Amino acid sequence: MLPDWIGPQDLAALWLTLKLAAVTTVVLLILGTPLALWLARTRSRFKLAVESVVALPLVLPPTVLGFYMLMLLGSQGPIQALGGPSLAFTFTGLVIGSVFYSLPFVVQPLQNAFVSIGAGTMEAAACLRAGPWDRFFTVVLPLSQRGFLTAITLGFAHTVGEFGVVLMIGGNIPGETQVISIAIYDHVEAVDYASAHVLSGLLLVLSFLMLFTLYAVNGRMKMVLP
Amino acid sequence: MTIQLRFDLARADFRLSVDIEAPAQGVTALFGRSGCGKTTLLRCVAGLEPAVRGRLVVNGECWQDEASFVPAHRRPVGYVFQEGQLFAHLSVRGNLMYGYRRIAAEHRIVNPEDVVELLGLGSLLDRRVTEISGGQRQRVAMGRALLTSPRVLLMDEPLAALDELSKADILPYLEHLHEDLSIPVFYVSHAIEEVSRLADHMLFMENGTIRADGPLRELITRADLPLVHGEQASAVLIGHALSHLDDEHLSCIHLPGGTLYVPRISEPASGVLRVRVLARDVSVARQPPLPSSILNCVECTIAEIIDDPHPGHCLLKLKLGDQYLLSRITQRSRRQLGLAIDDRVWASVKGVALT
Repeated sequence: MLPDWIGPQDLAALWLTLKLAAVTTVVLLILGTPLALWLARTRSRFKLAVESVVALPLVLPPTVLGFYMLMLLGSQGPIQALGGPSLAFTFTGLVIGSVFYSLPFVVQPLQNAFVSIGAGTMEAAACLRAGPWDRFFTVVLPLSQRGFLTAITLGFAHTVGEFGVVLMIGGNIPGETQVISIAIYDHVEAVDYASAHVLSGLLLVLSFLMLFTLYAVNGRMKMVLP
Repeated sequence: MTIQLRFDLARADFRLSVDIEAPAQGVTALFGRSGCGKTTLLRCVAGLEPAVRGRLVVNGECWQDEASFVPAHRRPVGYVFQEGQLFAHLSVRGNLMYGYRRIAAEHRIVNPEDVVELLGLGSLLDRRVTEISGGQRQRVAMGRALLTSPRVLLMDEPLAALDELSKADILPYLEHLHEDLSIPVFYVSHAIEEVSRLADHMLFMENGTIRADGPLRELITRADLPLVHGEQASAVLIGHALSHLDDEHLSCIHLPGGTLYVPRISEPASGVLRVRVLARDVSVARQPPLPSSILNCVECTIAEIIDDPHPGHCLLKLKLGDQYLLSRITQRSRRQLGLAIDDRVWASVKGVALT
């Protein structure tokens, strides 16, 4: 039973968008946490270069990122040349593109949270017999809850709002790679403003609610944790 | 029972180079000016400076040599940081038990009830560490370190970040630690008052090296060390017996060579009677003084006459039995009394602080 104010294709786009954002956020947490830990602690001379690369998606037009992604993942790209599959116009390709696109929104809040924990706290934990993994799970994680919450929300919300990168590498295959922002674009192109209104309104409310929840929870946690 | 330390650590603007053997009992003070390497040395013992080269053997157990380096979390040390470094996400109880839970039951020597009692933490257990005072936080930091049943307790200026009131509040607890526990303590400080109250042994550091080491009582009265020149220059005497004059509310501390009177005290738990006498509180006379309100007057021999950085002053090192007192007098008095080494003098002591 489908609600009549949203078509099956739009519903598929909505579902795909949420799935893409969720998978991307999980991948980003797995990759971004060690990267942020490294950035927070290292004195390596590569730190600045790595930080700049992480921040690139903030300033680069998404189409530029998408173009390079297409070159990398597409049918003449290096991945295929090495015997890998063509990932352009697939869900996996979308996830890879989105991971790069939303990288700074996850890594930067985590890095800030880890920096604010301070080396002294970690040394104190070590002197209380906590090994590296133990320290991560019993000190770093609980003390950077707010950082993780921000990273998850921003990573998810930013991926939901993605357009350029997806258009370049995902194309517009309904049910496979068509996400909500592209569906809206299609509706506008087809002068179907009613459907565009429904999807745009949905995205607006969804994004607002995510950010509102983030700020509310963060504000409450600030009173508990310094 | 010793700790052998040999460390070499080069930094851009500083080099730590230490090779000594320290007693693994009582309180050993790492004393020196800021920046002399005290804290770095302490961190090397804890395993917090992985770049250091050298050798560390604690009671026959090797923690570091050319081939091995036991990481910080496997060393049986308790570390009390200058700023406490409590975990903000845990309660006082959570902080205290963090290390305790990570110690195998058969290695637990110190138990939580005793620590809570010793440090007066009973009423704080369920509080958040962000809600308690600086002095209370340092007590929690000490308790947390003690509950890992450490083989050695490392304290990095635990009082430095506290105001005078909190310091006065926490010093008695430190003294209890000293008296009640047989865990050796390495205590970093640049405050001579603290050190002379607490320490038995001293490593005097300068520019990353150990300039002198030995019993505290010897070092603080040694003419070739700058310790005798400060405003706080003092001597520490150990008494061998205590008696009381109940109707006068006084106690007598019997020293080899004399007796000192102090307002009525009770016997310290350790049985060790330590008194600290500031050099500026001691004056000398050729003859036994006329009747006066100064209670404490002991006969000594002048062992050394030490020039003071202030040209109008000099320091007398006075032998009392087998111990030493310091007296700071003016050069003028010294000339008028014609004081010379080996002379017998009467030392009047204006203030005696039992430590």
